[in-house]
Amino acid sequence: MKNYLKTSACVVGALLASTSLVAAQDCADPIKVGVLHSLSGSMAISETTLKDVMLMLIENQNAKGGLLGCQIEPVVVDPASDWPLFAEKARELLTVNNVDVIFGNWTSVSRKSVLPVLEELNGLLFYPVQYEGEESSKNVFYTGAAPNQQAIPAVDYFLEELGVEKFALLGTDYVYPRTTNNILEAYLMDHGIAKEDIFVNYTPFGQSDWATIVGDVVKLGEDGKQVGVISTINGDANIGFYKELAAANVSADDIPVVAFSVGEEELSGLDTSNLVGHLAAWNYFMSADTPENATFIEDWHAYIGDDKRVTNDPMEAHYIGFNMWVQAVEAAGTTDVDAVSDAMIGQTFPNLTGTTAEMLPNHHLTKPVLIGEIRADGQFDIISQTEPVPGDAWTDFLPESAVLTSDWKDLKCGMYNTETKTCVQLTSNY
Amino acid sequence: MTTGFLVTNRSVRWFLLALALFTAVVAFGSEASGAGLISTSLVKTLGKTLCLCLIAVAMDVVWGYCGILSLGHFAFFGIGGYAIGMWLMYARTEGIVMSSLSGQVIPPTPQEVSDAIGSQIFGVVGSSDFPLVWAFADSLSLQLLMVIVVPGLLALVFGWLAFRSRVTGVYLSILTQAMTLALSLYLFQNDSGLRGNNGLSGLQNIPGFEGTSQATISLVFFLASACALALGYILFAWVVAGKMGSVVKGIRDNEARVRFLGYRVEGYKLFVFTLTAVVSGIAGALYYPQAGIINPAEIAPIASIYLAVWVAIGGRGRLYGAVIGAALVSLLSSWFTGGGAPDVNLGIYRIQWTDWWLVLLGLSFVGVTLFFPKGIGGLFDYIVRKPS
Amino acid sequence: MLRILAALILSLGFAALAQAQDLQPVLQDHADEIAKPSRSSVSTALDALIASGLPQVTPFLEAWTDKGIWQRDADGMFFYGNAKGSDLTLRNIDTGAETTVSTVGHTELRPNGGVRRVIGTALVQFQLADPDITRRLSAIDSIARRPDADQLIPLLGSIDTEPDPTLKARKIQLANFLSASFAEDVADRIAAIDSLARDTSIEARAVLNQILSVSSQVTADEPTGGIARILSVGRDLTEAEAYERLVAANLAPPTIPPVAIRDALAANVIEGRVGGIPTAQLGTDATRAQAYAALAASGSVLPFVTPQDQSTAIANHTFYEAYDQDDTAITDAARAALSSVETRVAASRFADLALDGLSLASIYFLAAIGLAITFGVMGVINMAHGEFIMMGAYTGYVVQQFVPDYTLSIIIALPLAFAVTFGAGVAMERLVIRHLYHRPLETLLATFGISIALQQLAKNIFGTQARPLTSPGWLDGAWVLSDVIQISYIRIAIFVLALLFLGLILYILKRTRLGLEVRAVTQNPGMAASMGIDPDRINMMTFGLGSGIAGIAGVAIGLYAKVTSEMGADYIVQSFMTVVVGGVGNVWGTLAGASLIGFLQKGIEWLNPSNTLAAQTYMVLFIILFIQFRPKGIVAQKGRAAAD
Repeated sequence: MKNYLKTSACVVGALLASTSLVAAQDCADPIKVGVLHSLSGSMAISETTLKDVMLMLIENQNAKGGLLGCQIEPVVVDPASDWPLFAEKARELLTVNNVDVIFGNWTSVSRKSVLPVLEELNGLLFYPVQYEGEESSKNVFYTGAAPNQQAIPAVDYFLEELGVEKFALLGTDYVYPRTTNNILEAYLMDHGIAKEDIFVNYTPFGQSDWATIVGDVVKLGEDGKQVGVISTINGDANIGFYKELAAANVSADDIPVVAFSVGEEELSGLDTSNLVGHLAAWNYFMSADTPENATFIEDWHAYIGDDKRVTNDPMEAHYIGFNMWVQAVEAAGTTDVDAVSDAMIGQTFPNLTGTTAEMLPNHHLTKPVLIGEIRADGQFDIISQTEPVPGDAWTDFLPESAVLTSDWKDLKCGMYNTETKTCVQLTSNY
Repeated sequence: MTTGFLVTNRSVRWFLLALALFTAVVAFGSEASGAGLISTSLVKTLGKTLCLCLIAVAMDVVWGYCGILSLGHFAFFGIGGYAIGMWLMYARTEGIVMSSLSGQVIPPTPQEVSDAIGSQIFGVVGSSDFPLVWAFADSLSLQLLMVIVVPGLLALVFGWLAFRSRVTGVYLSILTQAMTLALSLYLFQNDSGLRGNNGLSGLQNIPGFEGTSQATISLVFFLASACALALGYILFAWVVAGKMGSVVKGIRDNEARVRFLGYRVEGYKLFVFTLTAVVSGIAGALYYPQAGIINPAEIAPIASIYLAVWVAIGGRGRLYGAVIGAALVSLLSSWFTGGGAPDVNLGIYRIQWTDWWLVLLGLSFVGVTLFFPKGIGGLFDYIVRKPS
Repeated sequence: MLRILAALILSLGFAALAQAQDLQPVLQDHADEIAKPSRSSVSTALDALIASGLPQVTPFLEAWTDKGIWQRDADGMFFYGNAKGSDLTLRNIDTGAETTVSTVGHTELRPNGGVRRVIGTALVQFQLADPDITRRLSAIDSIARRPDADQLIPLLGSIDTEPDPTLKARKIQLANFLSASFAEDVADRIAAIDSLARDTSIEARAVLNQILSVSSQVTADEPTGGIARILSVGRDLTEAEAYERLVAANLAPPTIPPVAIRDALAANVIEGRVGGIPTAQLGTDATRAQAYAALAASGSVLPFVTPQDQSTAIANHTFYEAYDQDDTAITDAARAALSSVETRVAASRFADLALDGLSLASIYFLAAIGLAITFGVMGVINMAHGEFIMMGAYTGYVVQQFVPDYTLSIIIALPLAFAVTFGAGVAMERLVIRHLYHRPLETLLATFGISIALQQLAKNIFGTQARPLTSPGWLDGAWVLSDVIQISYIRIAIFVLALLFLGLILYILKRTRLGLEVRAVTQNPGMAASMGIDPDRINMMTFGLGSGIAGIAGVAIGLYAKVTSEMGADYIVQSFMTVVVGGVGNVWGTLAGASLIGFLQKGIEWLNPSNTLAAQTYMVLFIILFIQFRPKGIVAQKGRAAAD
């Protein structure tokens, strides 16, 4: 009881302090938002768009009167697809520019590069891309999908709806495909698929010679089982892959391909008329038929000045992330990282596909899983949409991770072993 | 003889004086000293730049003095980084694992400890077994030895094969480029056991100094890098000053003539190649704990080409030229990409430096090559000494 | 009322349902399954539709698979629909009456791929003998995708009346597959199986493999039934796997893993001791085993299974694979047919690999051939070569923005790309390289500068996204020799283009005055100049030619892969290695180099199919070693010209 009184007194005190702070704030020190996306180098292809989305969201928020009565000032830096530079720029953003929050990163390795800096300097990062999970940092909010919000439902769809009995897991050789495929292999074997019926192949970034690999996949069908491809191929390597797939006349009815890294943006780089019917799993498609999405697309086209530009899943992630952060700052009455982090948990915001996203204590979102079929115009037909699925930081399908959980609200730990009931570590694995 | 070159080569003294001054200014202005004039991130950038200057000096010796245009020296730099990075990761993870296992009723077996460390380090890349290359990762002294031995050995074997076959000129450049390409492709594989594309990360957290702030750690590494650069500079100045320096320069200018004079050209080349590789390894070992992460992209061929460009811009055949080139280009890059440079508004078009910096940099390479073949160092000569 | 009646009739299974002329009520009965179909639930609706015997069923099912059915949200009625923008033309399922409404308030039905396949199978019986050949084709595809015993009789019935000869052959082939799997009579099946011995198609092998499907068995006695093979422990499966199988078959007790031992010990701590041993000493495997043994002796935990126990258990059992098909006559026939097919397949696979290698070699050759001139003949290290490839590809993209016809646009793009990069090459030669002929290594630096500037410029102009460069329709698809040997037309086109350029360059260098002058200038510029040749002009022309070819290569590479500002960087190192391995100064050398690298890479990939990156690593290592032992390349120049 005494404790309770003490905490409530604290809360009241904090509230008073923060309100007086707001009143006193003359905005000589505007709220700063760091944007840490590569604008040059190999990842610029994906990340430049996210920088533009952030600038758009900030502009719109400022037009609505800013935040806590102040204008938001974006600080854009270019880590140039150079992973050590991500750490350097993050440190600069936090110590030299004194930003209140960072929105950024695409690749897992860049996130792992930034993590120690964030945890050392107690920064705040919103990470908008689907990733391999197995991580939950106090200083990061993951607004992209965890494996159970993208990969697992897509595989379920393959197993149940398409009756796939033999799997080709094709991926680019880096962490996200490796970990995702490990999880999927374990999951498939749990569901009665034999190890021989899972073909795994890893290719380098930017691979362009796909003839042999596509041939290998077609060959899998020779024992009469239905073959399906799960692709975690990254970035522009997809263009060569899909062109080869089309050339080899692999129709989606014979060998369906579901991709986790191919969205509207990637498809805009090729002619999709031969790829109709192949699949992608995301939490958002541009073709989602909701009023929120229509407004978002309209804003985006107006901002970028080009009606042909597409929207995609990580853009929605930033949209949700930024708006939740705004709400959390308003709720906390300050941009102080600890206060905002606490206020973030439990925040809800309508996503662009007609449901509501909620920030969970493990710093992941609830997200609906959408499966789309590629159309001839480079968009997706949404053929399946689940209810929002809570993101799981530690997968249940790998024995080492199954015992781990993350909870920043009650347990205050991102890597908690439920068997030994101990917090394995407070900082993250990087 | 041992100190004679310091007397004859005044530039060494001037350089050391300048470096000492610079180091002192940074040290007293840093956050660690309490002045706080220079931010920790700037200290880190400057410390890393000193390491880059060291490898640039090594590159200058191998190219500017010996005439071997190596496009693979960043491979040695990277190996040095990986060698120290393995210990840093292992020791840090061991600390975490031990503290988490200590709470258990039954004490862990050595196997359990090793498994737990393995799954912490490799769980990120979807594996948990310790590969063979990590055999000595628990020992700092052995890994430090590897910083020197592995690049040295690689350079020795590679150089012996190449020089013995009398591969020279452009061919040698392409061969060294292939070497660094092969190494980076190998490391990109997840199966290589060095965490593939992710590389080794969190290297700025030094095991045993968890309580020490990054401000202090960064300053210590900055000072260490400055010392390494000073020592490396003296070492190479000594190498190129003596009789050996004359032979090496002779090889650069006319290899056949030196050979006909009875010198074992291959031996000299091999010595220079290996020595610079070892110094590059040391530079890498100092660089990556400051950068925080090392991964295979660091040793992609383009990094080594940039290295050659720094030396060319700074001026070949002058050790201080290499330092100037490396420092200037890498610091300018950092300033321009960091959004530090103000945009230029031309009315009809707004020049954003993040977009245009690389164009400017590329064209400046062309300009320097065409109009200042001796680089900035050459310009320096012109002012100080007047051309002979 | 009508709905209730219809439901009643349906549930009674009356065939007289044909009396009810409307399809809509039947659809409404299964509205949920039709609006939100899933593979497992759709068959009920399908059965009901087909049982209704209505003529509207076939067109409805066809429209349904083609996403041509809409549902009105207000009352759940189904319509044929055709959306144009926000306008939707609805056609009544039964009356055909048309109305135009807004798409708002209507939902398009999107059956997923699995559902579409089930519908396709249901449609087979209606489509097999349809006058429209596209319908018959889709029926055949459905059979091929989901072979089913019921399809055999209708399929056989439709063969005689099939007018199209290709389709007839295909029907006979499919009928054979079906008979091999499902025919009633064993002799029929064996005859069908035998006829598959010469069919290398994947489908035929799929049929045979299905017949030969096996399941793993383990027994303590003599194995019975159709035995595929006896597994030997240690060779076919590891001891651990073997023991796992025993455990799974309840023939042996499960092993106790180290984690379970630790947990068991932790659960049995009594006054700081387990089995008499203080917990502090349990940090080694030996003491843990001792403590566990003590616990097991007291009966509080399961006894430990020693490795010896495991070996004995394994030795006492036979592990084997048994055919799921009991009739040995059938499995014998299938095995014989399969082994005869597999020899053919292995040969075909080798041929396919060779084709892939050839194609890769031609791509490398095309990328490197410009460099073979600028670097190989002139000795200029042009690091911007890759960016010339990129410029060519972007030229193609820009042309396609203005000329929508793909064939015409490529015809325009090829010479235009040549012109653009020729111009760029000449400009670069005039402005930069001319000043550096006596400092060859420095051209490397200057051209590298140009390379990064051009790359960034492309990014500033075209953005960072990949741009589409689409090949004309007649280059779509692949040249299919069999299911195993096939190569896409675009790769054939690249191969032809590579051959064409090989011929062209050989012709220019060996048969024209320009070529003669080029060779003269490269061998001895001073002497050439004194013979009245203008070395400046020749250098300019040669460099322009090499760059122009890079531009054309760019269009070709863009067609088969991607167009980004960084595509050049992917090819530059590879191209230099191709030229060096082949031997500088000789176009044949470049050809040899490209062939060696292409074939070798495919060979290594074949040895290790799951890791393409490893193949590339070994490839580069091989090149390093190769250059060490043959520094002048495959086709080495001789004499004084070979000196640096």
